[in-house]
Amino acid sequence: MFEVRIHSRGGQGGVTAAKLLAGAALHDGKYATACPFYGAERRGAPVVSFVRIDDRPIKIYSQIREPDLVVVLDASVMETVDVLHGLKTGGRVFVNSAHPREFAGYRAAHADLTGIALKENLVVAGSPILNTPVIGALAKAGIVSPGSATAAIREMFSDERNVRAAEAAYREMSA
Amino acid sequence: MVVIAEIPSTEYVLNCTSACAGCGDSLALRYVLKAAGPDTILVMPASCTAAFQGVYPKTAYALPVVNIAFAAAAASASGLSTFLRAKGKKTKVVVYAGDGATLDIGLSAVSGAFERRTDFLYVCYDNEAYGNTGMQRSGATPIGAKTTTTPAGKPEIKKDIDTIIAAHEPPYQATACAAYPQDLFRKVQKALTFEGPTFVHILTPCPPGWRYSAEKTVEMGKLAVKSGIWALYERENGKLVICAPTKAAMKKPVPLEEYLAPQGRFKGIDSATVALLKGRIAENFRRLAAEEAGS
Amino acid sequence: MRKISTGNKAVAEAVALARPDVVAAYPITPQSDIVETIAEFVAAGKLDTKYIPVESEHSSMAACIGAGIAGARTFTATSSHGLAYMHEMTNWAAGARLPVVMANVNRSLAPGWNIWVEHSDAIQERDTGWLQIWVSTVQEAYDTTLMAFRISEHNDVLLPVMINLDGFTLSHIMQPLDTVEPGDFIPPIHLPDPVDPAHPAGYGTITGPADQFRFRYKMEQAMQDAKAVIAETEQDFARRFGRTYSAAEEYRAGDADVVVVALGTLGKEAEVAVDILRDEGIKAGSVRPRWFRPFPDLDLAGKELVVIDRDYSFGFGGVLAHEIRSKYLTKVFSVIAGLGGQEVTYDDIAEFVRKRRIGEEFWFGVSDHV
Repeated sequence: MFEVRIHSRGGQGGVTAAKLLAGAALHDGKYATACPFYGAERRGAPVVSFVRIDDRPIKIYSQIREPDLVVVLDASVMETVDVLHGLKTGGRVFVNSAHPREFAGYRAAHADLTGIALKENLVVAGSPILNTPVIGALAKAGIVSPGSATAAIREMFSDERNVRAAEAAYREMSA
Repeated sequence: MVVIAEIPSTEYVLNCTSACAGCGDSLALRYVLKAAGPDTILVMPASCTAAFQGVYPKTAYALPVVNIAFAAAAASASGLSTFLRAKGKKTKVVVYAGDGATLDIGLSAVSGAFERRTDFLYVCYDNEAYGNTGMQRSGATPIGAKTTTTPAGKPEIKKDIDTIIAAHEPPYQATACAAYPQDLFRKVQKALTFEGPTFVHILTPCPPGWRYSAEKTVEMGKLAVKSGIWALYERENGKLVICAPTKAAMKKPVPLEEYLAPQGRFKGIDSATVALLKGRIAENFRRLAAEEAGS
Repeated sequence: MRKISTGNKAVAEAVALARPDVVAAYPITPQSDIVETIAEFVAAGKLDTKYIPVESEHSSMAACIGAGIAGARTFTATSSHGLAYMHEMTNWAAGARLPVVMANVNRSLAPGWNIWVEHSDAIQERDTGWLQIWVSTVQEAYDTTLMAFRISEHNDVLLPVMINLDGFTLSHIMQPLDTVEPGDFIPPIHLPDPVDPAHPAGYGTITGPADQFRFRYKMEQAMQDAKAVIAETEQDFARRFGRTYSAAEEYRAGDADVVVVALGTLGKEAEVAVDILRDEGIKAGSVRPRWFRPFPDLDLAGKELVVIDRDYSFGFGGVLAHEIRSKYLTKVFSVIAGLGGQEVTYDDIAEFVRKRRIGEEFWFGVSDHV
């Protein structure tokens, strides 16, 4: 089983990112579950979503305690949230960032999802859309296949800018 | 008119609540609590205000709050007030409830408490939907507004709670708006000089519910009053006084379209509904003017 | 068609396939998006259902009763305080022998104001005459909703059905869902004596001491007859759609020495604990009751029982533990866990089994250790 924890802020689409990732895994023929963790959330507050991917049905509902991969959609949450908490030894961290980030003891990767979204004019109510490009980045990391990532995005969004942004993130993702 | 300098600087709403950016309710709450002062007990049903009050073991309000079941605020306040007064205590009892609790599920309790002349102030803050549960329609949702349970726009008109309250002949009732804080402060202060029941109904614009950009809350509140869709007035022992901003709107209202256009909840509203709204504004102005002249 | 869906959305989609005549509902976290999704379908013209956005939950059940008495297929959804507020009328719906289907998203009762999963809300409806079932996956929520309409409307039953989903844990989790084309799986509703000016009658008139108990007895007969209707419905579902359900779900319980019994998602996560324990050489199994009313026949003979209650009856004990004790005349290790959304993991469940003390009650989290 592969476990992913996604950190973002309320209103940024972290929950949708989890759903897209699960949808892509489904297209890969896997079983996937995704869940937001509901605290006292309001727009702008740090939020967490979880995704589990496995070849067999997943019967776990409790929170992911030791993720294999941590995804940070908004780097500013790292100021108040320990995003590495529980990350397995040798686990990976992906950060939405224009510059490389380092996390001692873990493999890090980054892509400028915000920049990619802005370039594609993928903006809603003043905020760049991060949840579709991040799926492209995660496809590059081998979590889901690129074809499934695209299929999952198209199922949810008719606007092709989402697919283009995901493809750009796939190309630009480091590591 | 209260000048800002006269408004106490003590804050009863502490910093860093989890209210949304641009929350009109939190703005109104600050002024209501400043007007109520320290010897006050709040009764608060399920609502956004009770949600951003925070999580045990903390509370964001520097006043005692009785959080109570959704339908029960007025009845609980009635019990509390009756007991306090029996003990000779003058502590103010203030219900601070949303439109859902007041117009819908709690209406029976509101009516009962008012009919029994409960000595309390009932403040209804109105974001025109069930905010706390994610913006479903309430009786206070205006006609044509999209909510999650009226995706094509609400087909029914907004329920007029102020007229329902007026039928209970309270010694004081008023309408207010979060964008007019001095007026709101004055009205709450005044309400608390009466032996209750008294009622203040505040329009509190809501960025996620009304779907406008968070920095426009005060602007939306002002446009509501200037277009006439929200009228500011008070009734003291049944005598109506229309407030200056509404008198100005009666003379020269801002076109309703200016209020509707920035709000995503009115996107796609048809011209017949806009015409109906305008007609109702005009009719409301006629009614208020006639009542004020007659009394 | 296979897709990712939340528990709430799956219920809403299944309801849409059942084509109810009337849905009367009121929002409450964490069920609101069931009724919002139905409202969207109606607004988009995908569903020819009359949606009544009532002003309280008491009114949602009252409206379903009013429509139901005239022969309508009705549906509503609620949680926690909404269910409690409806309680006078849930009694009424069952006593009136109306096939209302309701999704209840389990949530704790205030105060404190807690929006997370607990079973107390539905447990408190236990004695009303509603059929009650607990589901544990998104797929099961969808399938059970389809079956609920057919079971409840069957002439031998004519009792309302409550489908319980764990708040947030199941209502909001996204899992794969295989949707179906129902065909004629749910027959059209046909109530025996709907209210009708052509046949004047009283519905719920004053009923004296010599008669009332007979109506109550009939309700219990229907509850017992429901067991066969449930079994037949589940078998037909399996034939048509390939997924098999029964009154309880057993996992490695056949040769088990110790069995975990729990409702809802804890009952499903217990299967992970069972696998861990088996790897340690402990012959564990799990039995997840799905139906709670009518209470099912469970295969528990000769096994030690670890019963997890996500509820409590103050002054007595966990309700599931008590029902099992009294039905099977056996002691259990009664674990009280998961109240108010308290996190309970498969590791915790495994530890309840390892450290079990039959005959005792244990409140998880109150002591430092099991």
